[in-house]
Amino acid sequence: MALMRYSEALRMAMAEEMERDPDVFICGEEVGQYQGTFRVTEGLMERFGPMRVVDTPISEIGIAGLATGAAMAGLRPIAEFMTWSFALSAMDQIINHAAKITYMSSGRITCPAVFRGPAGTGNQLSAQHSQSLESWYAHTPGLKVVLPYTPADAKGLLKTAIRDDSPVIFMEHAGLYANRGEVPEDPDFTVPFGEAVIRKPGTDVTIIGYSLMVRKCLTAAEALESEGISCEVIDLRTLTPLDMETILSSVARTHRVVVTQEEWRNVGIAAEIAARLADEAFDELDAPILRVGGADVPMPYARELERAAIPNEDHIIEAVRQVTR
Amino acid sequence: MTQQAVAVPPNEPEVRSRAFDLPRMYELMLLIRRFEESLYRKYREGKIGGYLHRYDGQEALVAGVVPLLEPGDLVLSTYRDHAHALAVGTPPGEIMAELMGRATGCAGGKGGSMHLIDPSRGFLGGDGIVGGPVPVSVGVGFALKYRAEQRICVCYFGDGAMNQGGVHEALNMAGLYSLPILFILENNGYAMGTAVHRSTAQPDMLLKARAHGVDARRVDGMDPIAVLEQAETALEEIRRTGAPIFMEMTCYRFVGHGVADNAQQQQFYRSTEEIEEWKSRDPVEALKNHLLGSGDLDTERIEAMERTIADQITAAIEFAESSPAPLPDTLYEHVFAKG
Repeated sequence: MALMRYSEALRMAMAEEMERDPDVFICGEEVGQYQGTFRVTEGLMERFGPMRVVDTPISEIGIAGLATGAAMAGLRPIAEFMTWSFALSAMDQIINHAAKITYMSSGRITCPAVFRGPAGTGNQLSAQHSQSLESWYAHTPGLKVVLPYTPADAKGLLKTAIRDDSPVIFMEHAGLYANRGEVPEDPDFTVPFGEAVIRKPGTDVTIIGYSLMVRKCLTAAEALESEGISCEVIDLRTLTPLDMETILSSVARTHRVVVTQEEWRNVGIAAEIAARLADEAFDELDAPILRVGGADVPMPYARELERAAIPNEDHIIEAVRQVTR
Repeated sequence: MTQQAVAVPPNEPEVRSRAFDLPRMYELMLLIRRFEESLYRKYREGKIGGYLHRYDGQEALVAGVVPLLEPGDLVLSTYRDHAHALAVGTPPGEIMAELMGRATGCAGGKGGSMHLIDPSRGFLGGDGIVGGPVPVSVGVGFALKYRAEQRICVCYFGDGAMNQGGVHEALNMAGLYSLPILFILENNGYAMGTAVHRSTAQPDMLLKARAHGVDARRVDGMDPIAVLEQAETALEEIRRTGAPIFMEMTCYRFVGHGVADNAQQQQFYRSTEEIEEWKSRDPVEALKNHLLGSGDLDTERIEAMERTIADQITAAIEFAESSPAPLPDTLYEHVFAKG
């Protein structure tokens, strides 16, 4: 184990996989000479050369096409988007090409590409740079959707993503890059997809989150302990595949659920989980399922308005109080 | 006519086709033509669903290029992709079965007309999105360069694609990274019903490619011999230099954009006179007449080819019609890769 930042854990995962498999390469804007916009790929061009750490023009369709085509031809590309907001230009390549080629060809061809980069809201970056869009991808068949919270998960899940034969959407919350945590140095360490983890056990209510929301869930849970409410906090880690088993078994114990997401509340993953709980665990529920999510507005710039638009600990606490009332 | 006259550069005799000759090119063009005709009949019978985009009139663009490729070379095409599959050697029965939505189709019945695919023969598939295969070709070309195998990616797309942003991103990157890609612009003059001059103020497609640092040439796609010779030269150059070449092949589609674009519909954007004028330059007929004149083929051999092709198509139809539909429990198969 070594104490390192989330961003360093991501770099370690990529470096290890590039050592392990000569077919793995990185491409994206400023990933090489500039050392990465968030320093995630720092030093990798020097170490692996410009053929394996490829600086690209600001051409998101081209970047996604580069990754998709290279993956179809047998390589294992890691395409970095400077932010997931910029990947919107590349949606046709990601959704219509990478996500579908395996199915359209009945498995005759695969697309083992990783699309990764910073996501999430905050820092007064306003409407076009501050948003969470994971449900767009979770909605689409053929994509795996991964959002690590801890540095260890950042490493283990990224290694799994690189080794996976399907395209993976890997979203790193920019607010987590500087987070430190213990990370296994073992190059064989991976974290499987589709296995949520209970970050804090509890008995009265299940709080579900992922990525940066897990921190807010844990803070809320701690505050609620002093009110005598015991919260179980689940970190989903991957939205596709979705670990309903862990959710269902938790709800079978707590009978109350709050589902959180940073993205817009409308038509998000929390709504999907709530619907599945209604389908599969209706009899277990002692209270309505509540969702905590972002305000359904383009992110405003002004600090006060932004604060109101991003879901926080207080929103979670209020929701938990409601379902335990 | 809406297209410019074509100046074909002189031949380079030392790279003249060896293994692949003109009579075989003619036979492939004839197969493509007859196969498209049979697909249209099957479509009218209700045996084929979805869209159906025929290659009639453009045969030389495929028959003069794809057979020149070597094992390991890779082909990407548009939704007008039946010819490309035939040219890589996908059995006609598997193509027919795919169009009829059978489990024995070359995409297992999940792709259909626009998504024929045969990776084992180097065909990475048709693509339903205008301009879609061009960014993909950058990745394919990159992979070939990455592995330093002297292989080539051939990427087909139409004149409509030249107005898609992703195509220009891709051309720029292919030029920037010097990737071994032969870009073939199938310029049939119309993006669906929109003539080139109605979609761009700069109809010089070579200029657009050169703007991205990509070597660009034009060839008369209605002249099969010119296509073959120019393709051979270009492929040899790419194999030697590793750099991309953009070839605009001017051509004409004799039929509508798709089946719904029938004769009546076409009157909105092109005249019967124009279609007939282009048909007088039918590349299949042109090559036949050339080969009859040169003595490389006689009418008996051509009749034999017609019979062989008719038998192949009959067998393809029988294979497809007697093949099972995909089983319902395969619906969720292949959403993700196995393993």
